Amino acid sequence: MSLTDRALGDRQQLSYIASQAADARLNVELETEGMTLNIGPQHPATHGTLRIIARLDGEQVVWAEPACGYMHRGYEKLTEVRTYPQVTTLVNRIDWLGSFANEVPFILAAEKLMEVEAPARAQHIRTILFELSRIANVSLFLGDLGVQLGAITPVFLAFRDREYVLNLIESATGGRFHPNFDRIGGLKDDLPAGWIDETRAVMKKLRGFCDQIEDLLFGNEIFQSRTRGIGVIPREVALQYGLSGANLRASGVDWDLRRDTQLPMAWNKADWKVWTHPDGDSFARCWIRLQETRESTKIVDQLLGSIPAGPVMAKVPKIIKVPEGEAWVSTENPLGEMGYYIVSRGDLGPFRVKIRSASFNNISITPWLLRGVYVPDIVTILASLYFILGDIDR
Amino acid sequence: MSTTSDTQPRITSVEEVKAALGDRLVDSFHKDDLWLRVRTDAWKSSMRTLRDTLGFQYFCFLSAIDWMPSPYGRGEDDPTEPAPERDTTIRQGYAGGETRMQVFARVSNPVTHVSVVVKVDVPEDSLSIESIHDVFAGANWHERETHEMFGIAFDGHPDLRNMYLPIDFEGFPLRKDFPLLARMVKPWPGIVDVEPLPGDDAEVGGDE
Amino acid sequence: MSAILAEVPYWGQSLLRVLGGLVAVLLPAGTIVYVFLFKMMSFMQSRLGPMEAGPYGSMQLFAEVGKWLQKEDIVPDRADARIFKMAPVIVLLSTFLLVAVVPFGPDVWFTDFETGIFYALAVSSISVLGILIAGWSSANKYSLLGGLRAAGQLIAYELPMVLAVIGVVIQAGTMNLQKIVVAQNSGSMFGIDTFGHPYLISQFVGFIIFMIAIQAELTQAPFDMPIAESELVSGYMTEYSGFRFLIFFIGEFATAGVFAMIASVLFLGGWGIPFSWFGWTSIDSIDNWMNIVGPLIMLTKMMLLAFIIMWIRFSYPRLREDQLQRFAWKGLIPVALLNIAVTSILKVVF
Repeated sequence: MSLTDRALGDRQQLSYIASQAADARLNVELETEGMTLNIGPQHPATHGTLRIIARLDGEQVVWAEPACGYMHRGYEKLTEVRTYPQVTTLVNRIDWLGSFANEVPFILAAEKLMEVEAPARAQHIRTILFELSRIANVSLFLGDLGVQLGAITPVFLAFRDREYVLNLIESATGGRFHPNFDRIGGLKDDLPAGWIDETRAVMKKLRGFCDQIEDLLFGNEIFQSRTRGIGVIPREVALQYGLSGANLRASGVDWDLRRDTQLPMAWNKADWKVWTHPDGDSFARCWIRLQETRESTKIVDQLLGSIPAGPVMAKVPKIIKVPEGEAWVSTENPLGEMGYYIVSRGDLGPFRVKIRSASFNNISITPWLLRGVYVPDIVTILASLYFILGDIDR
Repeated sequence: MSTTSDTQPRITSVEEVKAALGDRLVDSFHKDDLWLRVRTDAWKSSMRTLRDTLGFQYFCFLSAIDWMPSPYGRGEDDPTEPAPERDTTIRQGYAGGETRMQVFARVSNPVTHVSVVVKVDVPEDSLSIESIHDVFAGANWHERETHEMFGIAFDGHPDLRNMYLPIDFEGFPLRKDFPLLARMVKPWPGIVDVEPLPGDDAEVGGDE
Repeated sequence: MSAILAEVPYWGQSLLRVLGGLVAVLLPAGTIVYVFLFKMMSFMQSRLGPMEAGPYGSMQLFAEVGKWLQKEDIVPDRADARIFKMAPVIVLLSTFLLVAVVPFGPDVWFTDFETGIFYALAVSSISVLGILIAGWSSANKYSLLGGLRAAGQLIAYELPMVLAVIGVVIQAGTMNLQKIVVAQNSGSMFGIDTFGHPYLISQFVGFIIFMIAIQAELTQAPFDMPIAESELVSGYMTEYSGFRFLIFFIGEFATAGVFAMIASVLFLGGWGIPFSWFGWTSIDSIDNWMNIVGPLIMLTKMMLLAFIIMWIRFSYPRLREDQLQRFAWKGLIPVALLNIAVTSILKVVF
């Protein structure tokens, strides 16, 4: 395969050779059948019902392949029979841990077709809620990372501190997990009284949590030896498979959709940094997510101090008919790049919506990646790639 | 949306792209974003040119659109009434088209952050098109999903199994003539819920 | 004590020994489970733990025992039934055999072998067999992986354990555990005998190696590859439920307690307090109340070491199997051998 020859680093080449050797051992020397192990669909390590079919030679993987679809709900077909406001409810449930972030690209795409822009206040609050959903999502990832590797304590700290963020989201939108707050043209409601001060306090707590996790988990020698050098993804391979988010930045690609695309959101009104890492291994991916969480708290702090006054909803007709056309909007969601390609025919509802979810591409790299690694490394790699089943299976 | 902060490189890139594709480009549309339609037999070579010559190395997604309007509408028909007359003309979208099904893919340039949507017509008789999995490795899974949802065959794809649906599933769900079974069983009443906007008096919403 | 016991008929003595054995194994197990697993782990994870059953959840263990006892006895269809049922018993068996040599007081002991520690190390390996056959007979690929990992790990970490103990044996000059206790408590360090001579100080390296080896022998994190909950669901225990799982569970914490007891005997001075505090000169001159206080002191020291074991278990992620093996063979064993060499040289010189 030309891909492997061209784009492999040393370690990846070694593991590819190891898997070929394991294959040869299986077929030629020992004449023993390798063991086929099904990891999942019910398994503590997979974030949901993902099934990995792994062919093992002892503890080494000869090949492994994910079989998804256990959670396929047929979203793209469902959107064709719904009106635009109804699709928002549907779309919340794709990435259910950071659900506000799922609504935003869809709403922005519809607004783009209608040539309506939400007022500045709504854009600001949308950005704040978007970053809050990112913090909620990734803080669970940081705790879960510990559990996948055997450290059972950080996950409780993660859930405890995530509760504060969920309470904030609930007090603003009415829903902890599925806010359903975005509307075409703005937001459903304004913020409640006292929300800004409370959010500031919670951001401080989250920064403390990030420091705790960095000490407890990332500083641990065992964690480092389990994640450094494991699952190295070179830059070219990452781009070809369409990896996005922290996975891509961990391979050294400096690309963040918040900074590099122009959307009617408020990210350019805050001063923040894009984190990259040259290694491309599991440690890099995990480490970048930690830094991004901290960076998100800083973005929220800055935006809280500068919310403009005004309405939260633009003048849109009561019954929304989006004019004919096609639009694509993608945003830097907690899991990666999530985008919606809306084809509209001037109806009450879309003609076709293609949902580009980040985890689908992130997981498509696993057949290439999981060769020649050990069984525990499968769990490490999946944990570091970080996917949500609803995102893969839509 | 995939624009860079100043407009100058974008315009240059658009011209560059059109020049590099030459006569493989059948149609294009430029409105904030760039849509291209290439010749069916030049699908793979166009993608290869985009990747190698123009630096569009990042593969975003690949899917298909079925341009026939659904004969079932939005599943709101009263099953006791005869089916209403519906418009069945096939009208393609941006960058035109000549067939009912089109495959479209989106690729980006990670350095200049310019992206492009490439569409291609799928011939109606054979309903198959070249696979680009050896140009963009990520297309492998996307082509599998498109195949099981639309029934479009991808020549040269190593492993065109079902991704989401069971092995013995019959039919291609995302085609427009495949009904959404839940709506066949129980049609939606068809009353639009209207929410009062902030500041308005609460009004209970009306009909279509 | 022996005078009182001499009047009890032989069958009475045997009954007392059996009851004593049960208490010696189950009491530490229950205490460790409640104090460390239910409460300490919960507080470390910023939650309260069981609070409903009994005051502050103290009856939770009894509730759990009752729950497990009333569950259905499931044996997988393709499992080798006889061996499947035998495996948990073998694991618990080794714990009871192990506690037989631990001294709890000057006259409170079950057996007094001259080769006490040798017997203890030999018998502790029986549990490896139990784990292996549990993994193999379950007819489950996850159990098989867990059992195979356990085989490699437990055998690899037996060696550092044995080598660490040899340093203590060289220093004490005997393998008899009672005599090791006496040697520590009646000895002196650099002429000062206020603290006796716990081998924790002079055999510090051996102590560290022994604690690490115990952590691995108990398959606790960071050495819990055989169980590895996020990969193998439950490793070799996957197919066990109800009463059999209870035996594994109790066995895990009972063995932790007994190993902690042995470690406290070897390194912390066991049931004893420095003889110089009360002017005792040899084991016969110890007062009789020590037979009651001794077991309490032993319990305290055991809880201290169990605390360390559990604390590390709740904090650290797990090592991968090859890293684990590398650590044992290339790290611990050379250090342990070095420890023996230095100890023997120093023992001869001084």
